[in-house]
Amino acid sequence: MASCKYDWPPAGQLGLIGKKTDRIDGPAKVSGRAKYSYDINRPGMLFGKMLTCPHAHAKVKSIDVSPALRHPGVKAALVIQDVGSEIQWAGDEVAAVAAVDFATAEDAVRLIKVEYDVLPHLVREENLSKDGDRAKSAGEQKVGDPDKAFADPEAVVSEGFYGAPVITHCCLETHGNVVEWGGPDSVLTYSSTQNVSGIPSQLGAALRAKKINVQDGNIETICQYIGGGFGSKFSIDRWGVVAAELSKQAGGKPVKLMLDRGEDLEVAGARPSYFGHVKASAAKDGSITAWHSETWGTGGPGPSGVPPVPYVLTGIPNIYKKHTSVSTNIGPARAWRAPNHPQACLMTLAALDDLAAKLNMDSMEFFKKNILLAPTYLVKTYQEEFDKAAELSEWSNRWHPRGDKTPGHLKRGLGVSFHTWGGRGHAGSCNVIVRPDGSVTVQSGTQDLGTGTRTVIAVVAAETFGLPVEAIQVEIGDSRYPFDGASGGSTTVGAASAWTRRGSVDALNQLFAAVAPSLGVQPNQLEARDGKVQVQGDSSKSLSWKDACAKLGAKTIHTMGKNPGPCELDSVGVGGVQVADVTVDTETGLVKINRLVAVQDCGLVIDKLTAESQVYGGLIMGVCYALFEEKIMDQTIGRMLNANMEFYKLAGIGDIGGELIVHMMTGPGYDNRGVIGLGEPPVISPGAAISNAVANAIGVRVSQLPLTPARVLAALAKGAVA
Amino acid sequence: MRKKREKKEAALALSRRDFLKGAGVTVSGGLLVGSSAAAAEAAVSENVVGPGPVPITLRINGENHRLSLEPRITLLDALRDHLNITGSKKVCDRATCGACTMLMDKKPVYACTVLAIEAEGHDITTIEGLAKDGQLSPVMEAFWKNDAQQCGFCTPGFVMACTAFLMKNSDPTLEEIEKGLGGNLCRCGTYAGIRRAALEAAKAMKGAQIHG
Repeated sequence: MASCKYDWPPAGQLGLIGKKTDRIDGPAKVSGRAKYSYDINRPGMLFGKMLTCPHAHAKVKSIDVSPALRHPGVKAALVIQDVGSEIQWAGDEVAAVAAVDFATAEDAVRLIKVEYDVLPHLVREENLSKDGDRAKSAGEQKVGDPDKAFADPEAVVSEGFYGAPVITHCCLETHGNVVEWGGPDSVLTYSSTQNVSGIPSQLGAALRAKKINVQDGNIETICQYIGGGFGSKFSIDRWGVVAAELSKQAGGKPVKLMLDRGEDLEVAGARPSYFGHVKASAAKDGSITAWHSETWGTGGPGPSGVPPVPYVLTGIPNIYKKHTSVSTNIGPARAWRAPNHPQACLMTLAALDDLAAKLNMDSMEFFKKNILLAPTYLVKTYQEEFDKAAELSEWSNRWHPRGDKTPGHLKRGLGVSFHTWGGRGHAGSCNVIVRPDGSVTVQSGTQDLGTGTRTVIAVVAAETFGLPVEAIQVEIGDSRYPFDGASGGSTTVGAASAWTRRGSVDALNQLFAAVAPSLGVQPNQLEARDGKVQVQGDSSKSLSWKDACAKLGAKTIHTMGKNPGPCELDSVGVGGVQVADVTVDTETGLVKINRLVAVQDCGLVIDKLTAESQVYGGLIMGVCYALFEEKIMDQTIGRMLNANMEFYKLAGIGDIGGELIVHMMTGPGYDNRGVIGLGEPPVISPGAAISNAVANAIGVRVSQLPLTPARVLAALAKGAVA
Repeated sequence: MRKKREKKEAALALSRRDFLKGAGVTVSGGLLVGSSAAAAEAAVSENVVGPGPVPITLRINGENHRLSLEPRITLLDALRDHLNITGSKKVCDRATCGACTMLMDKKPVYACTVLAIEAEGHDITTIEGLAKDGQLSPVMEAFWKNDAQQCGFCTPGFVMACTAFLMKNSDPTLEEIEKGLGGNLCRCGTYAGIRRAALEAAKAMKGAQIHG
């Protein structure tokens, strides 16, 4: 029984929540009707293009945009970084134009004259000894007495080097926007953004800093659909501000300024690299006793972030860790789905898997034995998930000690990994509107990254009002709607389900008050179910939803739902376990995925269909960075060599393996915690799980991701010599 | 004067196309093969069009659209920027990802690497042309019901590629689907749904006529 009026209905009374509901915006997306920011065409629209710096590190010596401005068809041109500006990465923008069409804009930027003083650069950081004074300590920490633990003659010690390079976001819709001035003090942006409600104040502040006076309240941002974000699209970014400036210069005409693919890969998002030497020890019974890591990485010119190692098993009694941040002249880092976690997971789970191999232990048994070192609130979840993952992966039949002894060049292996994430709903709000004609609308300045935000809102409102999903009109993606937080850190579904529930319960109570007299009962004796408002436990005394709403007369119900708010509808802290089953061809070095198993908890599932899609997506994105992705930098020219989708490799449909198995942990112990975000967790483990599976197959560790044929063959050769 | 120039350009455009046709140039590939390349160069120098705009008529989803475009404009940009037909997406702009897939005379092409002038005289079908009267096509329906989409940006391209693939192979195995749709990329990781959707669409389309 619900103890607070906003609580989720008890398990037995859930109609839609937890079931599979088709995406309500699915038809718009599959038919091409969905309009993304890149698709926006406005009357009289101009096309913007930016000139970028070809050097990884340089100072602007001179810059002249006037030749571009004289080019026929050009309506505006401006300097972004003036004389004296220090450029920190190749691809950084220095000037921009807006012209009548894209081809003309491209022609015009080539006419801009820039001279640079070229400065020394560093774009490769994996060899720390060559990083010089670019390497700065990001802190060290000691727990217990690791030296003593490693010196214990009974201890089994394993040492190794592990790493993952910088990768990019590679959102299919590049970054950018269409921006226009509706008057001297009013701006409209169509931004490709994860942060609809947050963009106006960012743009307002940036424009005021340039002495362009506009109030935040006069800036509107619209993003109905976004073609991928993954953490890289929270900011108005330079291209947003530049588009607004170009538009202003051109008399307010709309300016479409989207990055091209090369620009996007070079500058618009990178996940920091993470390399390191790890030493770990265990007692002969397999209990982990000590951890020692010296790690480094780069997040471009800024700090690299500090991945949390040892990952999940934070209770290891003796720990020493030291991290070094290397400042480089690659594009800036941005939050990449589960920031720092995939790297920390690889570093920890690969190193400890090597320790398990040294102990001659089954790695699943080894991790199960040590799971008490995880935070207490996660232990039971992991224990249940290990068992489920073992069952679904046929672990006990298929696992073998390291190195598949089957004759021939095809070696099969299994690897396991686990992860955690917070995922509490962010602060946000919505309007819930119930009209006398029975129509219901929920509005919020939130966004749908592909998570299924619209569908989640519709499911929760429909559940609350006892209506079918189709009866709920959902309006999002416009900053004129009530504020909602940015979609980052798996915070959207927790927030959206909570504010929809609170707003809908309040609206329903107002409706009950209007309807109760005609049914001759008190409002608190009513319930809404199966399209009717009825007396609890007496369906003979009821009104259809439409007739009930007609009792409102001329009054429309208008409530605001907020998060956080009364009653805990969302929660925090999930666990997940994944198993990879791979075959490695020791002649070609190719890694083939046979099966991936993901067992994941996210509290109360709202829409099982889109929840599972998130997990499938995490697995597949994980295959991409485990096997293919790398931002390849050339130290000589200071540039990214593969700034295109031909050589910045993503997995295709044939690369993801035979079988993907997703199991959501639901039921008692899970559902009653409330809603927890799911976007990040499933992408954390695939790197470690696949790396461990490859080690299990071929008997040696391939120390760095991605596990390319060249790296696999090199590891095999090195292993054979050793 | 202007009219005369346009007429001349139209004539040149036509003769260039006729020549290319004669030289064995495939529209989707756009490659000149072997010794014909040299001959092509010599002949084209007399019949060159552009760089200024030339009149072009594109037949898209059964409708003719008259445009004046520079010869360098791609089919994709012509539709997206000049006709506001935006279902096909610009993603890699280099014939890698398939997000811009359209059908040209029922064959799938990467519209980012087909020039608009090359598409003249051909029947172009875009994602908008598959959903007749707002009704989802069987492939679209299968993509929706199998949640073969997340952000949805690759989805129109996949729907087009899948439609074309199933027109050629109406009873595919999973392996054939993976090969047939191998020219498209997704970033959100919707391939599991796409595999299911393609199999289901194949079943649904058995005996049914495919639009486009």
